[in-house]
Amino acid sequence: MIDWSGYLSLILEGALVTLQLTIMGSALALVMAFLAGLGRLSRFFIVRALATTYIEFFRGTSIFVQLFWVYFVLPFAGLTLTPLQAGVLALGLNVGAYGAEVVRGAVKAIGREQGEACIALNLSRYQRLRHVILPQALPLMLPTFCNNAIELLKGTAVVSLISLTDLTFQAQVVRAQTGNTLVPFTTILILYFVMAWAISTAMRWLERRMTRSLDGVRT
Amino acid sequence: MPSPIIRIDNIVKRFGPLTVLDGLSMDVMSGEKLALIGPSGSGKTTILRILMTLESISGGHIEVDGEQLYHMKKGADLVPADERHLHRMRKKIGMVFQHFNLFPHKCVLDNITLAPMLTQGVARSDAEKRAMELLDMVGMADKAKSVPAQLSGGQKQRVAIARALALSPKIMLFDEVTSALDPELVEEVLSVMKRLAAETDMTMLLVTHEMGFAHEFADRVLFFDRGKIVEEGRPEEIFSNPRQERTQTFLRKIIAAGHRV
Repeated sequence: MIDWSGYLSLILEGALVTLQLTIMGSALALVMAFLAGLGRLSRFFIVRALATTYIEFFRGTSIFVQLFWVYFVLPFAGLTLTPLQAGVLALGLNVGAYGAEVVRGAVKAIGREQGEACIALNLSRYQRLRHVILPQALPLMLPTFCNNAIELLKGTAVVSLISLTDLTFQAQVVRAQTGNTLVPFTTILILYFVMAWAISTAMRWLERRMTRSLDGVRT
Repeated sequence: MPSPIIRIDNIVKRFGPLTVLDGLSMDVMSGEKLALIGPSGSGKTTILRILMTLESISGGHIEVDGEQLYHMKKGADLVPADERHLHRMRKKIGMVFQHFNLFPHKCVLDNITLAPMLTQGVARSDAEKRAMELLDMVGMADKAKSVPAQLSGGQKQRVAIARALALSPKIMLFDEVTSALDPELVEEVLSVMKRLAAETDMTMLLVTHEMGFAHEFADRVLFFDRGKIVEEGRPEEIFSNPRQERTQTFLRKIIAAGHRV
């Protein structure tokens, strides 16, 4: 008979790493999403070009390759990252590229008329964005951001390939040591699901809070 | 003799291959109430949008309150205006839109106080006091804490008028402000504007299809067709005794469509 308690704590340690990756990766993704999403709407060509290049590059290549590149190739350029740093960087940049298009789409969905009202009221470009456009665009972004965050959570599994001891990595360890696949992989299946469910619950709560003032109606 | 507050000199406006305004010139006197009428697509709304800097011009010059709107002096040269110049010029001009364009995420009061607080550095308490005075004037003081979605079209438009007035512009532009309203709500907006016209010396430009209102409101009426001023004069001349055939045809159609003159 196998004593599972030691293995379970191993898996829970992995869950902590996965959680850490998800939170830090999402934070980076959020920053990148706004930088690149708003960058694509800039009136300066160079900013638009940079943002577009970033988005197309990270959407167009595999997260797996990106991770390996960050972890194994960057050291040749003199930049050595810990597995955690590499994981956060690759995941954040990858998901941020998708998020950027969400930001751009939501901002564009706020009609031209709102922008014209701002011009007539003589608000500066920054004030328009900060006080009028973004407060209305943010609730539109949330459902897709929720999707992206869950994708990122599930994407964290690839970091096990660069020896980061996340949920999936630990399950592999347990499997190798016990020869049992069912228990470790069912356990992490449930843990991934619970974490994803927590994300979508939190996002729904946030969405309700944000749209309350809008009353779900637009003029 | 009052001097012109707006001088439009030979402006051209093209949208791609389409020329909307082709060498238009006109002056507006300080304090004048001007009505722009004419068929759809005749360029009258475009003029308001150009004055509000919502559209650029393809050629010509506009002077507002003694300064070039789309150009600025750089040494001896006149160069295209930058954002800072436009920002300064926009302080002189306010606009009310056909579709109100209120901010749906802000209550009525915040809709009005936002711009004075952000662009003029007015303290919140002062901005709110002024906003309440304006809301009182347009008969909307009891709705200060409502959001736009809870208001009728006429109410929204009265709030939009108060919002534009809060910045105390010298010139107010009204772009078909009753066109999107149900007929029974038109009167409440027009009566606010009549009072405004009577009580202030603000310069007002009005694009409208309400001929009866234009008649009552305006010192001068301009009839536009295909980007040109076909006829202009005092309202009683234009509406009772139009000289141009195109003006006559237009007014006949409007009357046939059931509009009051």
